[in-house]
Amino acid sequence: MSTEQASQTRNIDQAPEQDENILLTYFLFGIFFGITLTRSEVLSWFRIQEMFRFQSPRMYEIIASAIAVAGASVALIKRLGLRTISGESIELPPKIIGHGVRYAAGGTIFGLGWALTGACPGPLFALVGNGVTVMIVAIISALAGTWTYGILRPKLPH
Amino acid sequence: MIGFISDPWPWYVAGPVIGLFVPALLILDNRLFGVSSSMRHVCAAVFPAKLDYFRYDWKRTGLWNLLFVAGILVGGFLASQWGGSHDVAISESTRIALTKLGIHNFSGLAPREVFSWTALLTLKGFVSIVVGGFLVGFGTAYAGGCTSGHAISGLADLQLSSLIAVIGFFAGGLIATHFLFPLFL
Repeated sequence: MSTEQASQTRNIDQAPEQDENILLTYFLFGIFFGITLTRSEVLSWFRIQEMFRFQSPRMYEIIASAIAVAGASVALIKRLGLRTISGESIELPPKIIGHGVRYAAGGTIFGLGWALTGACPGPLFALVGNGVTVMIVAIISALAGTWTYGILRPKLPH
Repeated sequence: MIGFISDPWPWYVAGPVIGLFVPALLILDNRLFGVSSSMRHVCAAVFPAKLDYFRYDWKRTGLWNLLFVAGILVGGFLASQWGGSHDVAISESTRIALTKLGIHNFSGLAPREVFSWTALLTLKGFVSIVVGGFLVGFGTAYAGGCTSGHAISGLADLQLSSLIAVIGFFAGGLIATHFLFPLFL
């Protein structure tokens, strides 16, 4: 075994076991989020239509209460100076506003797609799990959209 | 308890549960709740094509997000197995409006006459699935986030940029619903 290989082996052996556990935890969180998207029905095209037609408060109540709970949690984390389970300080990097064009234009383009597909990115995956398998095509198309942004980015106003 | 697993949740359960993903991911390992960046990570991993936007260590930045998204798919599957197959109980006025647009099948999570493999190459199927999907991927990348990253994480942190993005989300959604749908459905 070369020195390099030996050091790699040692690094793997010494890598904190917690890291792999954390990766598994993200997967479990994802499962719970997929169940949440399904049981809340926010992944339904019908609910999205109801929302954009202002014909039921349900989606607005869900989004508003989600923001309220998330906002209160973030405020509490900041006030109490809470740390991650590995002891790091919790940082929320501020988004750079610039001219704000990317948020207005990108947001509107995403909004068009949100209504057309009846799904934002999380629900696209949850719908495939729920058996609406044709949404695999929507996901591939979304990947093509993200990739196209990668090409056009230098030319787009931000 | 059985009902909690198999029945639709009321908004006051659904919303707060969604909101709790923000502190849970922050406390777990400083991760910002958001889904759309997973698409950037897939591009970076599979076909970066030497584009600056895709040149970063996707495993370090994005592996957690890809696992989270894989979990969403599995979670959707589990929920579909545990749940009764109720129709989504939308309001009568929405049902009437959609019927006028030519939607007649109200079973399932999305109308089968639009969201099925057989409808994929019809005008309404293609626009909804292929064009819609492309706009989701392009728009979220351009805006730097989707409903989770901007509307929930961003607004929870009082970010002005996220407020602008969310106003854009609704502007786009209203334009599509009220002006584009009558043209292709």
